[in-house]
Amino acid sequence: MFKNRKFLMFMLLSVLSVLVLAACGGGDKESKDKDSGAKSKSSLETIKANDKIVWGVKNDTKLFGLKNPSTGEIEGFDVDIAKELTKIILGDETKVEFKEVTSKTRIPMLNNGDIDSIIATMTISKERRKEVDFTDVYFEAGQSLLVKKGSKIKSIDDLDSKTKVIAVKGSTSAINIREKAPDAQVLEFENYAEAFTALKAGQGDVLTTDDSILYGMASQDNNFELVGGKFTEEPYGIAMKKGSDDFVKAVNDALAELKSNGKYNEIHDKWIKK
Amino acid sequence: MLDFTILTDNMGMFLEGFKNTLIVSLLALIGSFILGTLIAVFRIAPIKPLNWIGTIYVEFFRNIPLLIILFFIFIGLPVLGIRFSGFQAGTIALTVYTAAFIAEAIRAGVLSVHKGQTEAARSSGLTYIQTMRYIILPQAIKIVIPPLGNQFLNLVKNSSILTIVAAGELMYQGDLISSRTFVTFDVYIFIALFYLIITLPLSYGINRLEKSLAKSN
Amino acid sequence: MDFIGAYSPDHIVFLLKGFLVTLEVAGISILLSFLLGAILGIVRYTKVPVFAQISAIFVETIRNLPLLLIIFFVYFALPEVGIKLSITWSAILALTIFESAMLAEIIRSGLNSVHKGQMEAGRSSGLSYIQTLWYIILPQGVRRMVPPIVSQFISLLKDTSLAVVIALPEMMHNAQVLNAQNINYIIPIFILVAVIYFIVNFALSLVARRLELNM
Repeated sequence: MFKNRKFLMFMLLSVLSVLVLAACGGGDKESKDKDSGAKSKSSLETIKANDKIVWGVKNDTKLFGLKNPSTGEIEGFDVDIAKELTKIILGDETKVEFKEVTSKTRIPMLNNGDIDSIIATMTISKERRKEVDFTDVYFEAGQSLLVKKGSKIKSIDDLDSKTKVIAVKGSTSAINIREKAPDAQVLEFENYAEAFTALKAGQGDVLTTDDSILYGMASQDNNFELVGGKFTEEPYGIAMKKGSDDFVKAVNDALAELKSNGKYNEIHDKWIKK
Repeated sequence: MLDFTILTDNMGMFLEGFKNTLIVSLLALIGSFILGTLIAVFRIAPIKPLNWIGTIYVEFFRNIPLLIILFFIFIGLPVLGIRFSGFQAGTIALTVYTAAFIAEAIRAGVLSVHKGQTEAARSSGLTYIQTMRYIILPQAIKIVIPPLGNQFLNLVKNSSILTIVAAGELMYQGDLISSRTFVTFDVYIFIALFYLIITLPLSYGINRLEKSLAKSN
Repeated sequence: MDFIGAYSPDHIVFLLKGFLVTLEVAGISILLSFLLGAILGIVRYTKVPVFAQISAIFVETIRNLPLLLIIFFVYFALPEVGIKLSITWSAILALTIFESAMLAEIIRSGLNSVHKGQMEAGRSSGLSYIQTLWYIILPQGVRRMVPPIVSQFISLLKDTSLAVVIALPEMMHNAQVLNAQNINYIIPIFILVAVIYFIVNFALSLVARRLELNM
C-alpha cells in the first residue's frame, strides 16, 4: 500500500512539475513581448550594422527555393528576388545569407532571430498578420490541385470522402481544403518534399497547395499535372518580425524599384513559365 | 498559466490521437513479441543457418534508425508496387524494429539460465524442445520480463514518429492543433501529459516488477 | 529503381556532408548529456536532499516522454517563452535533455549495483563519503555502466535522425532532398543511408562488447 501511495505522489509530482513549468513559461511570455518591443533597435539599423540580410527561403520548392545537391546552393524565384532586394538595400547582392525554412519552421525562426526576413512562398493572411509584418504582395498565387496524369479528379468538386488529399503542416492550403472539400481525408506532412514524395508513392490521390509550387512539381516530374484552376487567392508577401516598419518600408521601396526597372519581370520570366 | 480552452476545444482531436497511439502500440507490441520470439529461437536453436539469419536481423535493425525503416516502407515500397497507409507502415516499422530488441532480451534471458541445466535435462531424456518448454523458458521469463517492459515503453514513445507519415496518432493530432491555433507551448504540454498517462504507470509497473523479481531470487 | 543515378558522386558527397552534421550534433550531445547525466545520476544516488528529488522528477518525466516531442517542444515552444535557439542548438539541447535522463538512470543503477557493504567498509576504514564514492564505488560501478552507456550512444546517433523534422541538414534530411528529385532514387538512397548508419553503429557495438569482455 505504501508503495502505491508513493507512486501516486510521484505521478502527481511529475504532472505538477510539468504544469509549474508551463505556468512560469506563460508568465515569461508576456513580459518578454513587452521587453522586445521597448528595447530593440529598429530592425533596419540592425541589418545595416550587420551589413548582411539573412533570408529564410524554402529548400524543397522548385522554381521558388530548391536546394541543388551538386552545389549546395538554393535556387529559385524567391532567392533571386532576395538577392536583388539586398543589392538595393545594402548596395551589394553578395551581402546575403540564406537559411532553409519550412512552412512550419519559418515563423519561429523569424521570431528567434535566426533569420531577418521570410521570403518563402508565404501567403499574406489575417492570422499571420498578428504574428509578423508583411510587405506588399510580390507574387500572386492561388491554391490548386496536382494529380497524376489520367486521374479521375478534374476539379475540387471531385474530392469526396474516398479521396486522400495531401497537404503540408502549417500551410494555409491545409486549412482551406478542409473548408472547400470537407468530406475528403486530409493527410498533412512535414514539408513539400515529403508531401510530393508521398503523392508520387501513391499515398494520396491529390496534392494541394499554391499553383506556383505545384507548377514546380509538375515541371520536375511530367507524370503529374495541375487540374481545376485556382480556387483561392494567395498573395505572397515578404515577412518581418513585428514592429519592423522601417525594414518593411525599405523592402517595399526596393520592390517598387525592381518592378519599374524591369528586373522583376526578368526574374519572373526566368523561373515562372506557364 | 496553461490555456485549458485549447485542451477542451480540441478534446476530440487529442482523444482521437490518444486512441490511435494506444492501438498502434498494442498492435506493434503483439507483432514484435511474436516476431522477436521467433528471431530469438532462430538465434538460440542449434542450427547454424538459422543462427546467422537471426544474428543478421538483430544486428541490422538494432543499428539503423527507426525513421529509415518507416520511410522505406511508406515511400520506398510503393516504388515496387507495395503500398501501406501511414498507420499500417508505422505499425509494421515499429514491429520490425522493436522485434530486434525483444529478440535480444529473450536470448539474453535464455542464455542466462545455466548451460548445465540444459545438459542435465537432455541427459535425463528430455528432447531439446521439451527442455526449452519445461526447464529453460519458465526460468528465462522471469529475467526477460523487465527488459520486455522497457521495450514496450520505448515502443510507445517511438510511436510518436508516426506523425511524419500522417498516421493520425497523438503527436500528429497535437501538431495539427498547434498549427491551426498558433499555440505551441500549451499544446505540447498537453501532448506530453497524454503520453505520461500511458508511460508513467508502465514504467512504474516495470520498476516494481524488477524489484519483486530481484527479491524472489 | 535507379542505383546508378542515385549513387552519383554528387549525391554521395551530399549524403556524407549530412552525416558529418549528424556526427557533429551527436558528438556534442553525447558530451553534454554525459556530463548532465552523471550529475543527475550521482545526485540521485547520494540522496542529496531536494536536489535528489528534483533530479528524480526530471529523469522520470523526461524518460517517459518521446524524444520527438522534446525536439518539437524545444524548437517550437521554447521561443514562446523567450528561449530562442538555432536549429542546430535546438537539436543538441533536445537530444541532451532526453539522453541525459536515460544516462542518469544507467549511472544510478550502475552505482546501486555495487554492494552496500562496500560503502560501509570504506567508511569504517576511515575514508570520507566522497572518497569512498570516488575510489571504491565509482570504479566498480563504471564497469557495469560502460556497455549500456555505449548502447545509449548508439541510440543517440540513431535518434539524431529525428531532427529531420526541424530541417537540421543531417543525413536523413539530405536523403529526403534527394528522394524528392526522383522516385527511383528512394530505395537506393535509403539502402545507402542504412548501410552508413549500420557500419558506424555496428563498429561502436563491437567496441562495447570488447570493453565488456576486458572488464
